[in-house]
Amino acid sequence: MSLLTIRNLTVRFATATGSFTAVDGVDLSVDRGEVLAIVGESGSGKSVSMLAVMGLLPDTATVTADEMTYDGQDILAMTPAQKRKLIGREITMIFQEPVASLNPSFTVGFQIEEVLRFNLGLSGKAARDRALELFRAVGIPSPEEKLKSYPHQMSGGQCQRVMIAIAIASNPRLLIADEPTTALDVTIQKQILDLLMSLQEDYGMGLILITHDMGVVAETADRVVVQYKGRKMEEAEVLDLFENPQSPYTRALLSALPEHATGDRLPTVSDFFTEEAAR
Amino acid sequence: MTPVTPVVEGRAIVRDYHVPGSMLRRAKTVRAVKGIDFSVQKGKTLAIVGESGSGKSTLARIIALIDAPSEGELLIDGQRVDIAASRPGPALRSKVQMVFQNPYGSLNPRQKIGDVLTEPLVINTDVPAAERRDRARAMLQKVGLMPEHYNRYPHMFSGGQRQRIAIARALMLNPSLLVLDEPVSALDLSVQAQVLNLLADLQDEMGLTYVFVSHDLSVVRYIADEVMVISEGEAVEQGPREAIFANPTHPYTRQLFAATPVTDVDAIRARVARRKAARQAVA
Repeated sequence: MSLLTIRNLTVRFATATGSFTAVDGVDLSVDRGEVLAIVGESGSGKSVSMLAVMGLLPDTATVTADEMTYDGQDILAMTPAQKRKLIGREITMIFQEPVASLNPSFTVGFQIEEVLRFNLGLSGKAARDRALELFRAVGIPSPEEKLKSYPHQMSGGQCQRVMIAIAIASNPRLLIADEPTTALDVTIQKQILDLLMSLQEDYGMGLILITHDMGVVAETADRVVVQYKGRKMEEAEVLDLFENPQSPYTRALLSALPEHATGDRLPTVSDFFTEEAAR
Repeated sequence: MTPVTPVVEGRAIVRDYHVPGSMLRRAKTVRAVKGIDFSVQKGKTLAIVGESGSGKSTLARIIALIDAPSEGELLIDGQRVDIAASRPGPALRSKVQMVFQNPYGSLNPRQKIGDVLTEPLVINTDVPAAERRDRARAMLQKVGLMPEHYNRYPHMFSGGQRQRIAIARALMLNPSLLVLDEPVSALDLSVQAQVLNLLADLQDEMGLTYVFVSHDLSVVRYIADEVMVISEGEAVEQGPREAIFANPTHPYTRQLFAATPVTDVDAIRARVARRKAARQAVA
């Protein structure tokens, strides 16, 4: 059974020059224990649709959907109090810039214990022990000392591990990761992706991975949704997507990968759209 | 046959950064580049690959005559260049130009595109104003923009177009060497392909030599003739692209290759099968 179901999601932003549609009639669903990748370039609406689920969009945004349900409960009809019970506990999120996501004025230990206090009602030693346990689970070296560190004293990769520890603190059933490795080096990217995948398997979480990187998709996803300019272009099992892409946009994206270059020139997305138009 | 003089050559280039001390901390010296040798022939591309903190951008800034090396020699067209001893003159500045990573940061938001492009000519040459304008318009066309873009401001352009403008600015002085520091890593995949194609076309047309700094191995594999892998200020591996990609010998290079995601269908099939097997084992 699906964990999160979204039907016909539209997000509009009121701007000085009129309304701008960032997400246009997108359908999505993710099952328990499934890894769904949402892939697209900047402006494709891939982040906005998930921010809409989390209720993190600014007031200028209008969100409409025929259906937005989590485990059978209607998210759109929820009161703020009901939403607070769900968001940040059952559904959690990590972001692209791990260093910017943490508060520079507090130790990372304080920040993870804060989450444990608010969401799980743990305090004092119980919170400290659980924080330590979580730091170990995400592979932070010498966790006792690191709890006392400030974000600027840690590397980008370690900060992302802290963010992941905070995100899994409440044993969520759905984790949304928005470009979690884009700001990191490739060797660190591999470590973080491996960590996310092993946590996903151990905890049986649903994982939505938002990315622009086809390489990340290839290494992690079960199923893939391709978005372009706010619309869903294609949805497929990961192998089908790479083996036999149906939409011209997906084909264009895949052939624009430098490793797929044939001859001297890289095909570009606009080449594909002209080709399609000529047909 | 006499060997051809390389466009740029570095001999045991070293760069130290001094971190000043304070009452509680002793001053220290960080060696960011630890004696690197390289040379690039005309019309070729040397790719410098490494992770953050490896010293690749420091090396790029030395080659682009922005920073002076602490030790070692830099030769441009066989001539020894020492910018610490004397400021490089217009002739030298015209030979070497640089394109930076972030086209949002490298263009002045209050400067029209025409002024962006003509400024290098104003500073380094005495070309008359009318000709400067003509050259700028011609250059806009060459990099795939329109002559009517001349009077617009940077914010009116997309990221890919801005990177084209930055490339156009670098080419205004007809340089022989272009240092490109992560020129496509801020761009979307489809735009990245367009900019890489443009760079390849310009290289063929103008006989340009590139030093291309990147962390992305798939881009390097596409664009480079020679590859230098650098880690902690040292060139751990150096050689022709085919050789390095076919048979990486240094452990760090291998680690870098292993960490790079593969989009190969067989690899995906294997991963999906592994995951399925793991799930069935649990169930």
